[in-house]
Amino acid sequence: MPHRLLRFGLSRKHPEPRMFARHDALRPAYDVVIIGAGGHGLAAAYYLARDHGIRNVAVLDKGYLGGGNTGRNTTIIRSNYLTPEGVKFYDDSVRLWQDLAADFDLNLFYSTRGHYTLAHTDAAMRTMRWRAEVNKHFGVRSEAVDAAFVKRGIPSIDMSCGGHAPILGALFHEPGAIARHDAVAWGYGRGADRRGVEIHQQTEVTGIRLRGGRVVGVDTTRGSIATSKVLCAVAGFTPRILDMVDLHTPIYVHPLQAMVSEPLKPWLDPIIVSGSLHVYVSQTARGELVMGASLDPYELHATRPTLDFVEGLAAHMLDMFPFLSEVKVNRQWAGLADMTPDFAPIMGLTPIEGFFLDAGWGTWGFKATPVCGKTMSHTVATGRNHPLIEGFAFDRFARYRLTGEKGAASVGH
Amino acid sequence: MKILVCPLNGPRPVTEFAYGGEIRHSPDPATCSDAEWSSYVFNRSGSPGAKYEWWCHIASGFWFVVLRDTLRDEVIATFPAEAVRQGLLTETRGAGR
Repeated sequence: MPHRLLRFGLSRKHPEPRMFARHDALRPAYDVVIIGAGGHGLAAAYYLARDHGIRNVAVLDKGYLGGGNTGRNTTIIRSNYLTPEGVKFYDDSVRLWQDLAADFDLNLFYSTRGHYTLAHTDAAMRTMRWRAEVNKHFGVRSEAVDAAFVKRGIPSIDMSCGGHAPILGALFHEPGAIARHDAVAWGYGRGADRRGVEIHQQTEVTGIRLRGGRVVGVDTTRGSIATSKVLCAVAGFTPRILDMVDLHTPIYVHPLQAMVSEPLKPWLDPIIVSGSLHVYVSQTARGELVMGASLDPYELHATRPTLDFVEGLAAHMLDMFPFLSEVKVNRQWAGLADMTPDFAPIMGLTPIEGFFLDAGWGTWGFKATPVCGKTMSHTVATGRNHPLIEGFAFDRFARYRLTGEKGAASVGH
Repeated sequence: MKILVCPLNGPRPVTEFAYGGEIRHSPDPATCSDAEWSSYVFNRSGSPGAKYEWWCHIASGFWFVVLRDTLRDEVIATFPAEAVRQGLLTETRGAGR
């Protein structure tokens, strides 16, 4: 290292710029405590401070910022859902995404690519037409397209998929995009921090104190805090937090794995999803292929990935793109997906006054980060569920009013 | 490859098995309240712990019970399916759901 650079690095006059401040101690009380410093929690903090003027907020995380599913997803952003509730909600999110980088003054590498959901059967084509019609009804640009259209959009694909799953057509969703997921957490974190929100990493919540059915405080590994409002945004750890307040939900946790290849020259512009082959794939700005598949088949609260997963996913990738047979897989990892029976989230008020939930985000939470922040901050600030999240209410199961999003939420179910 | 020890077939790759979920006991639909019934239909014990689960060895169609730590993915014990009817599954998580 050149001497001049080292001197610059060691100088007190030029400290390394930090994205957010580090606080030595927790305050005795906050207006709102948010559990989970992932994209959802930080976005809620950001909009609470920016739009609702609530700045005395602590965001707690037992690990580090963005270290959960925010940093483990495959970064796909889309709004081509199946139910009116879902389409309206995710469409709002896509619109928020598009000027988020300017909001943050931070490059999110937001890249609109177009998104193909491949159909290999007549039944799948029927679902694509259904989704296209629901989407168009709400002004979302989605279209059912034929095989020739798919081939033009993805010239390198084997249209027969190895001969056993020929592609009949697809749902083409033009606004489909990818973004740099860490930057989303950092952008929201920095924006919240600048507006007075405190981010406390390595601060584990050990208990939530209730009195007369309402929240009065939070116990952590770094001391107790008095607060009347708690927002829980902890994805796969949700059931453990809910045990602290004795709330029961349908959430169950399975791992979801993903992997990336070595970097390649740019050859894949759009995002490709195949429900039949259990694959979704996109190529990042760095040239790596980011690949995901369906959930692991049984309950597990550990993030150790498996070789079975790589073998299965690689085989299906080769069905579509046989020329990748010499390409190496660089990394694989897993996240804990908090699944619900209808593949829609559980958001908003709960039977406990002052305890708000942003959970059940399973395998579909990253794309919703901005709109979750918006709607949850509104809900926490006003004490009423935001109109966009009424279809995701906590009590919908007891009323048998499910929001069936299974056909559009993920692959292989 | 993860290995699961089947009481009938011995150690086999976990891909030969289907997971049937946690063993749950239904309330009496004739006498329970609506809230109890919807809770039974939808709610699950989502947090990790030692749970009794249904597993099936697909090739032989053999259903059996596994007591598994879902945090560490460790099988603590396996039982024949009859154990459920005979009330032999005593170690509970105390969740009562």
